[in-house]
Amino acid sequence: MSDAHKKLAGRLAILAVGLAAPFLFPAYQSQMAELWLFVVFALTWDLAGGQMGYNSFGNVVFLGIGMYACVLTQVGLLYDIGIYNGARGGGSATFVFDLPHYLEGLALGLPVGALLAALAAAVLGAFVLGMRGHYFAICTLGLGVAAGEVANSWEWIGAGSGMVPPTPPQVIGDLSRFYYYFAFALAAVTFLVLGWLYRTRFGLAINAIRDDEDKAEAMGLQTTRIKVAAWVIAAVFLGVSGGILGNLKRFIDPIDTAFSGATFGVWMVLMAILGGKGTLWGPVIGAVLFEVIKEATWTYLLGWQRVALGLLIVIIVVFFPQGILGWLRERFPDRFGRRVEADLSGTAEETAR
Amino acid sequence: MTAILKVAGVSKAFGGVQANRNVSLEVEAGRIVGLIGPNGSGKTTLFSSIVGYHPIDEGSIRFEGQEISRLRVVDIARLGLIRTFQQTRIYGGMTCVENMLISSSQRDARLLDLFQARSPEREERAGDLLDFVGLYPKRKLEAGSLSFGQQKLLEFAMALMNQPKMLMLDEPTAGINPTLINGLIDRLKRANEQFGITLFVIEHNMRVIMNLAEHIYCLAHGELLADGRPEEVQNDPRVLDAYLGAH
Amino acid sequence: MLDNLLILVQAPTITVDLVLNGILVGAIFALAAYGMALVWGVMNIINIAQGEFVMLGGYVAVIMSAHGVHPLLAVPVAAVLLFGLGWLLYRTVIFRIVERDLFTSILATFGISIVLQQLMNTVFGGDVQVAQAHLGTLLLMGGMVTLAQIKLLSFALAAVLAVVLVLFLRRSRLGQAIRATAQNARAARVLGIDTDRVYAATFGLNAALCGACGALVAMAYTVHPYIGLPYTIRSFMIVIVAGLGNLAGVIAAGLSLGAAENVAGFVLGTQYQLAFVFLLLVVVLVWRNWRLARKRQYLK
Ligand SMILES: Nc1ncnc2c1ncn2[C@@H]1O[C@H](COP(=O)(O)OP(=O)(O)OP(=O)(O)O)[C@@H](O)[C@H]1O
Ligand SMILES: [Mg+2]
Repeated sequence: MSDAHKKLAGRLAILAVGLAAPFLFPAYQSQMAELWLFVVFALTWDLAGGQMGYNSFGNVVFLGIGMYACVLTQVGLLYDIGIYNGARGGGSATFVFDLPHYLEGLALGLPVGALLAALAAAVLGAFVLGMRGHYFAICTLGLGVAAGEVANSWEWIGAGSGMVPPTPPQVIGDLSRFYYYFAFALAAVTFLVLGWLYRTRFGLAINAIRDDEDKAEAMGLQTTRIKVAAWVIAAVFLGVSGGILGNLKRFIDPIDTAFSGATFGVWMVLMAILGGKGTLWGPVIGAVLFEVIKEATWTYLLGWQRVALGLLIVIIVVFFPQGILGWLRERFPDRFGRRVEADLSGTAEETAR
Repeated sequence: MTAILKVAGVSKAFGGVQANRNVSLEVEAGRIVGLIGPNGSGKTTLFSSIVGYHPIDEGSIRFEGQEISRLRVVDIARLGLIRTFQQTRIYGGMTCVENMLISSSQRDARLLDLFQARSPEREERAGDLLDFVGLYPKRKLEAGSLSFGQQKLLEFAMALMNQPKMLMLDEPTAGINPTLINGLIDRLKRANEQFGITLFVIEHNMRVIMNLAEHIYCLAHGELLADGRPEEVQNDPRVLDAYLGAH
Repeated sequence: MLDNLLILVQAPTITVDLVLNGILVGAIFALAAYGMALVWGVMNIINIAQGEFVMLGGYVAVIMSAHGVHPLLAVPVAAVLLFGLGWLLYRTVIFRIVERDLFTSILATFGISIVLQQLMNTVFGGDVQVAQAHLGTLLLMGGMVTLAQIKLLSFALAAVLAVVLVLFLRRSRLGQAIRATAQNARAARVLGIDTDRVYAATFGLNAALCGACGALVAMAYTVHPYIGLPYTIRSFMIVIVAGLGNLAGVIAAGLSLGAAENVAGFVLGTQYQLAFVFLLLVVVLVWRNWRLARKRQYLK
């Protein structure tokens, strides 16, 4: 088999497993849906963090905006949002969503979430992406918390008591399975789009920014636009994933679900680093591994989960900063397409001939 | 001949240090012009002023007749005026080819142009230029793993890839093996002739600059001391004084 | 919101009250910020666990007062205990990342802060707690301005601590070694200074400072396992505005921040006070960046 064939076969296998998984492991549907969303988290974080060198703690802003925007659209199409949230989404008898309306709300809500998240990324990015290094990291940390605090105090969207997404109609059946496929599709699309993106000159441009931004500027690359564009792309996918996550969780807490810097916000970073920053597959591997570890140990770690998480961060950052793929590349450079020896096979003319 | 670059009365101070004082010079299109001067005489500062790294205190800088002293770095680069750095700067985490591919000209390029796939012509040009500086066998290596001299050559190739109208080189031969220097002079001349790039070169190595430049400016203590044909400058007693005298 | 602004204009005494009380808490912010600047300047590490150190110091006071000891005594005790913790953290984790980039230090200390948060939550419980100092309240301007005596006392103590710290850095051998290392670590090593020990001491010293701050916080304000981060952010903001190694600037920025926060809390409503702190951080950073860009003057 040629390389291209192998690649195709691998992708088809993943597709098959992804499609069949809810039927093979029905007990774990919601976890698996979460897994695919985590893949999106890690991939989009790495777009700016790993590939462009802009380590953000604030990507939850886009997740949360997408989540609220989607759910608010879903509700707002049929009911008054103030009244709906005033009733705490209570009494599904009062707020009924039949199938056409439910699907319509979703079909509109997810793009609206993506759009608003992208808008936020463009506006915030124009201000924030001018900062270098740690200033950017801490500024985005502040942005994430501030967004959570604002959502936490904003009555119209439910403030601290959170918001309940529309109750799906009976015919939808298993809600986790329904949203599993959304999550899987989103992860697949995100992966393919980013894979394509990294093969364009845009991918090279953001790598150049990571390696030496001043040089990139001196060579005429319009770094500000490029950086904002990268963040906007990340925000689009994060926004959609927010809408899916909100509906999957069936409850949105402003600080613990939507703008959760302490969970999703850090996990994104951790997953990307664990798998290998600045690679296409690294974040995917990191996300899968993290979700598996989390699910396997979380219930046993009751009360100690965050201690374990904190320790995990310290250990990975201190001892394993290059991540799994980075480590493999160091160990087996030739297998991962990284040359360490000169290729003496001739000059340009010879190869061209 | 018309001047492609016109610097008039440029001064620049860093706090109390007057790095450039009332410097005026011209570079004619298609020529190779040299800039010499003892350490700390303000050569790099002048280059940085020209390409917009910092604002100048007074004076005017014109590139192809356009005032550029208040433009930003990117915009100046996109006019076709590119500089290389004394402390060589390349993209260390990318391969040499990738360094070349992303260095191609940004003139008239828009953001959307970046989303096209890589083009074969561009790759071929990158390969040719890497060959031109003798780095073709290393094209797939990470640029950060190259030696200092090789990085210098790569930076030069990247600058050529950008197809600038004018290229300002800050000590291109520093750190390069003496046996390679002749080859580099040759390449600089060829870049000037074949690609029609105007060169403005800072150089400490007298032999190199005498060989290379058609016209030389000499700075000392931030001021323009002398200028003229290489032999004239070389024999100018003030230049000798500046180099031999204390600095 | 506008109503509240109007109140401030119509009843200046309220403004005075808010500003004075803000300045009092600002002294604590400034002290913690100075610790952050010390670690940042000397070790090139940004300590995100700063606020958790403060909270830990607060819990020392809470526990001591629960056992009948006057919490004022907790100030030195917390300082000593936290010095130990800081030193321990340096020897286990921080020394491995001193030479690495700032993002590594941010992430690693972020991890530490998460661990400390949950440990505090497990050990001390998730309630808001205070250490009762049993001091009265001062009434000024005909009772319109109220100042708790403990806040005044904590302000004074913070000032004393700052003076002690400065004297220590100027006069003591260790202090001089710390300052030499901050100037140029390699040169300090050549001169025979054991920079590793200096780093350990610096990190411990910062933790001790935070611990003392925390004890004051517990008496004059409140402690809770999860409100450390705002203290970290405040410290960071103050350091950015003041610059590293500028004590006067740190004090000015700290006091102003305290006052601004108090006034903003009144105008916007206290539920927005935290949002204000974090948004102010963003604004300060954007402002700083804009100023820097102007200095490089990428003008158009
Ligand atoms: N960013 C800066 N801040 C403060 N002073 C500077 C800065 N850049 C240069 N200087 C000072 O300006 C003067 C001129 O420096 P410059 O680098 O231009 O000299 P140079 O001619 O390039 O020297 P060399 O041949 O050693 O490269 C020096 O005294 C230097 O210390
Ligand atoms: Mg120089």
